[in-house]
Amino acid sequence: MTTATEASPPSPPSPPRRRAGRGTGGRRPRQAADHGAWFLVLPALIPILVLSVGPLLYGILLAFTDAQSGRTAPTQWIGALNFRDLLHDTLFWESFRIGLVWAVGVTVPQFLLALGLALLLNQDLRLRWLARALAIIPWAMPEVVVGIMWRLVYNPDAGILNETLRDIGLGGGRDWLSGLATALPAVILVGVWAGMPQTTVALLAGLQNTPRELHEAAAVDGAGPWRRFRTVTWPALKPIALAITALNLIWNFNSFALVYVLTSGGPGGRTRLPMLFAYEEAFRYGQFGYAAAMGCVMVAVISIALAVFLAGRLKGGDDA
Amino acid sequence: MRTSTPARAGQYTALLAYLVFLAFPFLWLLSTAFKPPRELGSLHPTWIPEDPTLANFRQAFDEQPLLQAALNSLLAALAAAVIAVLIATPMAYVVARRRTRLAKAVTGWVVVSQAFPFVLLIIPLFLVLKNLRLINSVPGLVLVYVVWALPFALWMLAGYVRAVPPELEEAAAVDGAGRLRTLVSVTAPLLAPGIVATALFAFITAWNEFFFALVLLKTPEKQTLPVVLTHFIGAEGVADLGPLAAAAFLATLPSLVVFAIIQRRITGGMLTGAVKS
Repeated sequence: MTTATEASPPSPPSPPRRRAGRGTGGRRPRQAADHGAWFLVLPALIPILVLSVGPLLYGILLAFTDAQSGRTAPTQWIGALNFRDLLHDTLFWESFRIGLVWAVGVTVPQFLLALGLALLLNQDLRLRWLARALAIIPWAMPEVVVGIMWRLVYNPDAGILNETLRDIGLGGGRDWLSGLATALPAVILVGVWAGMPQTTVALLAGLQNTPRELHEAAAVDGAGPWRRFRTVTWPALKPIALAITALNLIWNFNSFALVYVLTSGGPGGRTRLPMLFAYEEAFRYGQFGYAAAMGCVMVAVISIALAVFLAGRLKGGDDA
Repeated sequence: MRTSTPARAGQYTALLAYLVFLAFPFLWLLSTAFKPPRELGSLHPTWIPEDPTLANFRQAFDEQPLLQAALNSLLAALAAAVIAVLIATPMAYVVARRRTRLAKAVTGWVVVSQAFPFVLLIIPLFLVLKNLRLINSVPGLVLVYVVWALPFALWMLAGYVRAVPPELEEAAAVDGAGRLRTLVSVTAPLLAPGIVATALFAFITAWNEFFFALVLLKTPEKQTLPVVLTHFIGAEGVADLGPLAAAAFLATLPSLVVFAIIQRRITGGMLTGAVKS
């Protein structure tokens, strides 16, 4: 309430105020305000409908047409033909598989590393400020720059990675990004690096919401670090951890810029994520309808995964 | 509290490992940016340039229209941030203060929009913008960025609105202030820091954005910085490493500075939005 009085200097605080605030919620002078609400909402609602919901529905429609760029013949309605083709498109399903490997391969190690760092940063350690400052870098960098930077690190001749490996006696250099076997793990490592700060900060915020007294009580009861983590830290952290993991999986599955800059999907399609595939299909080969169908399949799969995840989460919430 | 010495040592070792992991690619970028061609061609690259030079920066500006690209990025990001925040703030207010069907629909849309593969959005947008003759134009890109920034702007702003106690507004109403007056003289000043933080965040995301810019901007003089940066990497992936590093470093500086300023507010805003929804 002190902030309340500070924030409205023109009139001195008086007791009636407090009563008005609490008890008379229904009596607010807001009969006419519902029109006001529309007035407040429209400036954002119109662009959302015109430039987001509309194009989305249009995109779904396009998936059922043979729309192509730069063609003179009119676009035809072809029903589910795109989807039938897609079903038999082994390259697409291969990219889908790569997308899943990439999404899980980035999200899981990233979560574990971020959890470790968050736990460390929650301690009274000396270099904490430095870690926080450094964690800003990957977060603030344009993805394109992250990609470029790691290309410099991975560079077979002038890169620091091979030089370091040579220095510690792990043999000659490799061209990590163009090796058939190494390309996907190499880009996954970059993905982990790039997304770690956000996950760390989210988890750190979760940690700082855990009451300290609980930890101290558990410590007094003789619980070791692992037990304290399991019984005190993790239960409090779980909602944030689940939410950030779900989001990371989705974001990673849909990612584009990082891998586009690192490998453009190569070598031989080994890092061709679904978004890269759809981008090429739409804007290199001009197959708008077919690419839209890919987008639809991606949305469908993500929605189902999200629904399953949320259902599981709600169930877990009942137990807790 | 009572952490044992070996445990402390372990913690510091782990922290140090994290610091190295976070820092080394960035340090390598810096090192590369200041190396003369002779050192870049060396078979045994070193961390510290023996003969540091600014030639890479000059060459970067000579090779690609970096200044124009930075200007395009600045325009697009600035316009997108200002417009997005201007139109999102009133809506965020309504969403935060009322439990209407509209508020629920907006919250649902914010969540769904996070799950979206942008191809499904960009193909129709491309066709629409093409018909409006807004392909290869910064205003066209701004339209897309505004809509793209709206979900998280709403999310963050709604969190900030919830942090303003409704009692304050009711008190002002009881004191005889009209609704608009209440919003302008009580709510807006308290929201101002949150609005600025949201705008800066929208600015950075637009400044860093690549996919939409790649699809919508065709000619070098219209392209934004991230797209122009990719031109340094040749068709075969062969790059002039020095200028590439120099340009990449320059492109990051604005984001780093802005981000350092608002980092705490962003996480605060996103989490209040997330926890209280």
